[in-house]
Amino acid sequence: MAQYIRRRLLTAVPVFFGITLLVFLLTDLAPGDPTDLLGEGAAGAEEQAALASALGLDKPLPVRYLLWLAGLLRGDLGESVHYGQSVASLIAQRLGPSLLLVGAGVGLAVLIALPLGVLAAWRPRSLWDGLSNGFTVAGSAVPGFFLALAAIWLFAVRLRWLPASGMYASGASGSLSDLLRHLILPAGVIGLTNVGGLLKQTRSACLEVLGEDYIRTARAKGLREGAVVVRHGLRSALIPVLTTLLSHIPHIIGGSVVVERVFGWPGMGSLLFSAISGRDYSVIMGVTAVMALAVLGTGLLLDLVYGLVDPRVRYE
Amino acid sequence: MSEAGRVLSRLRRDRRAMACLGVLALEVLAVLLLPPLLGLEPTLTDRAAGFWAPPSPEHWLGTDDVGRDLFARLICGGRVSLLVGFAAAALSVGAGVPLGLAAGYHGGSWEFWIMRWADVFQSFPTLVLVLCLVTLTGASVGNLILVIGLLGWPSIARLVYGNTLAVREQEYILAVRALGGGPWTILTRNVLPNAAAPVWAALAQRVGRAILSESSLSFLGAGIRPPQASWGNLMQYASSLTVLTARPWVWLPPGLLIVLTVVCLQVVGDGLRDALDPRFIPKIAAK
Repeated sequence: MAQYIRRRLLTAVPVFFGITLLVFLLTDLAPGDPTDLLGEGAAGAEEQAALASALGLDKPLPVRYLLWLAGLLRGDLGESVHYGQSVASLIAQRLGPSLLLVGAGVGLAVLIALPLGVLAAWRPRSLWDGLSNGFTVAGSAVPGFFLALAAIWLFAVRLRWLPASGMYASGASGSLSDLLRHLILPAGVIGLTNVGGLLKQTRSACLEVLGEDYIRTARAKGLREGAVVVRHGLRSALIPVLTTLLSHIPHIIGGSVVVERVFGWPGMGSLLFSAISGRDYSVIMGVTAVMALAVLGTGLLLDLVYGLVDPRVRYE
Repeated sequence: MSEAGRVLSRLRRDRRAMACLGVLALEVLAVLLLPPLLGLEPTLTDRAAGFWAPPSPEHWLGTDDVGRDLFARLICGGRVSLLVGFAAAALSVGAGVPLGLAAGYHGGSWEFWIMRWADVFQSFPTLVLVLCLVTLTGASVGNLILVIGLLGWPSIARLVYGNTLAVREQEYILAVRALGGGPWTILTRNVLPNAAAPVWAALAQRVGRAILSESSLSFLGAGIRPPQASWGNLMQYASSLTVLTARPWVWLPPGLLIVLTVVCLQVVGDGLRDALDPRFIPKIAAK
């Protein structure tokens, strides 16, 4: 087990360097640098040069990359030009709301996909199957912002059931029920726009498993149908579903940026968006690096979860 | 090309896929032909009609906040959205197929570097990377195509890579090699046609993804910018609560067209996959 984890971590190392290098190059290629912003035109060439050397911008590219990497490992992502705060503390404030939102959205997608996918596989060409088909096609074709607008129009404006933006009602002192009411619409949009792939995978994996000989054996020995489908069918289908979930994580995070923006959710996506429009490079770098590393980390974590779900997986 | 003929005849029997293909063809024809035929002017302000005119015989979908005809903007926006979708997908395939072939056929360090970089790119939320790159390089149709297209390579490369691994070990490849076929002949004449077949299905799906990326970006104000129209930025009008509630004819048509287009692309993609299927299904090399 320990050796497996070690080997898995080792393959993640080149990916880690690739991710950080890409983020670093991304902002290095961008026109302009912080001295243009801080100097604000009033500064002369000499002052700009002094500022550049104070910020370490006069050093060669590889040196700057290593310095930035060393900072990243210490948790020092630099200062935000716009907020005048350290990037790490900005991200720390926004990480919680984002995790809550994405977590709730993914949870909802799984809660819809698993039962519906199993039902669709259990009775092909039934009403359930049709419903699951519709969800699959619509789920991946309806853009998140369109669904978000429609949801705001229906639930916030017409019916006035739910708030349309923010995390808490303004002036309210953040009760849990208020938070949940604000969470429903954005998490619902994230859940529904990502349910397609999961549902398709659950259905096809379950369909394959239910055709196996041991399912017939289980039925032949008189096991109740519910137990056959859930204990044998669903359990074996979980592995491909987990894999699909994993490969969707980057896509889900990308979609959450749009959803956060539409619903004014104070998470990483909103932070990234304001940083991009304000050319706040250190924040852009910090947020993209943290997002990509979170994807990498989730991958490693889910790998270990396989072992818990599937007794066939052995860590050698 | 009898193989292509057989695939086409199988596809022709798929009613749903053919209907969707028809819808897509109709859309392409409409965005190409309607502007010159109807003399549509997407950026012209009609002073007589005024701002936010409701739908009327002159302006089928009314006018926008500066009196521009919304039907003209919808059709011309479709030009931009479809162009970005198809061009970006073509670029993804153009970059992904050779990289996937090289990684799968050569193995070794080719495989290591190409597939590790595919891992790196797939660790990023694509939309976030597109958002950063497009803002930093400047939002224009060309840049959007370039960025969305080039960032789409890993999924195509992974597909081709997996199939190439499977094809490479087939006996007929060995036979060609025994007959004296060089690596270039094998790669282009034998491996490519077999490994790249599923790419046709993936291509349709990539077009859909690219349209969704473009419209999300344009909706957020980071993609195609007014006065140029695209289906995504036409929905920006709905950020105003009055438009959202009182003028659904402004933001519903572009949204519904995006959904219709992406659904059709998916159905066509699925149809193509099934039509290509009976010949031989290379299982993605499982570890």
